[in-house]
Amino acid sequence: MKPVVAIVDYGLGNLLSVKLACELVGLHACITFEQNEILAADAVVLPGVGAFGDAMAALERLDLVVPLREVATSGKPFIGVCLGLQLLMTESYEFGKHAGLDVISGSVVRFENPVDPRAPLKVPQIGWNQIYRPRHLSSSDYLSATDLWTGTPLESLDEGEYMYFLHSFYAKPEDSDMVLSVARYGNIEFCSSLRYGSIYAFQFHPERSGQKGLQVYRNLSAIIARSK
Amino acid sequence: MKGVHFEGLRVLGKLERFAHHYYENGADELIFMDAVASLYGRNSLLAIIERAARQIFIPLTVGGGLRTLNDIRNVLRAGADKVAINTAAVKRPEFIREAAESFGSSTILVSIEAMRKPDGGYEAYIEYGREKTNVDALEWATRAAELGAGEIMVTSINREGTGTGFDLELTTKVVESVSIPVIAGGGAGTLDHIFQIVEQGRADAVCVASLLHYKAFREFELKEQDFAGEGNIDFISRHSAHYRMEGASILQIKNYLLNRAIDCRPYHNQAGDN
Repeated sequence: MKPVVAIVDYGLGNLLSVKLACELVGLHACITFEQNEILAADAVVLPGVGAFGDAMAALERLDLVVPLREVATSGKPFIGVCLGLQLLMTESYEFGKHAGLDVISGSVVRFENPVDPRAPLKVPQIGWNQIYRPRHLSSSDYLSATDLWTGTPLESLDEGEYMYFLHSFYAKPEDSDMVLSVARYGNIEFCSSLRYGSIYAFQFHPERSGQKGLQVYRNLSAIIARSK
Repeated sequence: MKGVHFEGLRVLGKLERFAHHYYENGADELIFMDAVASLYGRNSLLAIIERAARQIFIPLTVGGGLRTLNDIRNVLRAGADKVAINTAAVKRPEFIREAAESFGSSTILVSIEAMRKPDGGYEAYIEYGREKTNVDALEWATRAAELGAGEIMVTSINREGTGTGFDLELTTKVVESVSIPVIAGGGAGTLDHIFQIVEQGRADAVCVASLLHYKAFREFELKEQDFAGEGNIDFISRHSAHYRMEGASILQIKNYLLNRAIDCRPYHNQAGDN
């Protein structure tokens, strides 16, 4: 029996593409806002594109805040994509200050233009960018048998793989050990994906990142199958 | 390299074929512009988007005749990531703010079609280049960004489809006046045009149409008997009379840019298991 993935529908984001990517890699995916379906699934995907405050308001209206916190800390694979990653954090500074799901300590901040006016940062970041392992790893870690990305959704991807980004804000987890990959925009190095327990979250859109993005979904499918 | 802009393709059912071809051959994003929205009808467009979404896993922007928040919502639900708006926004600028608030700024691309005026200024046009507005295109770009647009695509009506190159001045002026990404559209005829609009024009992305379609058409024509004689060939013959364009592939474009130190996603053939 195929693992069942619940894709949370709170009204924002290209949910169909997430569903199609899941199905392509052998998962049974349902788009839903029903609490019981989300709690019963083998894995949950929290997607989204849009404003943080609106998203939290929608989740509250749908009575999904508590269930999502529950699933995210239950040991079941919980996958955040783009806004979904940001919602896991404590708070965001988008259009004021808003509380998030607070599953991961940290805040969400905007890309600020760097000081040099000759090279202004275009915000939102819209386009392809490269992901890397976090730099705080020592070189011996790079050479060690257990690579940081092994066993994660980024397994088998190249250092510097191109992924598709579409966002104005980025997350800053307090615990840097949670950062699975970084990316650079202007002179800002930011968290492009993170892991925490059974949570994997991506600032980029793997379902919009071509074959390499589908590889992320393929890896997720394996992780979900193993966790059942 | 940003995307492939489908213009003038009159045959339903072949759009997905092109989308899939470009996806597999290295396109970074696709833009479907339903230039004759009334001809296709809304339902056909949604069906096309859904079918395309099944095969392509790169971002898809859809535009053409989107007038209400519901139009946008339907298109996004059908599998599009972003929408391009022009006419509706010029007629009622608050529409940009409403759309950005409902769906997120990064979902809203404002498309500006600009006609160069005799005095050297640029005027924005609507209805896919058919109707003038007396609105200054550069002022409009600034305003659109202020209202919450996530991206602007600026196309020179004078240059579009001609293969004579982008309007460098128009592009740089828009790039300098907004802090959101700007896509240069319309006019690419050679690889060097694309390089110049990025290098000198400082465009964040490039939208290419005729340059790619011509070559792609010829590939399909050679491979598929049923492709000929469906009106597409007429379109290409008419346009190719404007210029002697060899056409180019995405691979060629990307290699040209990479060889000149322009950062873009290198070509990887995407033909895989889907």
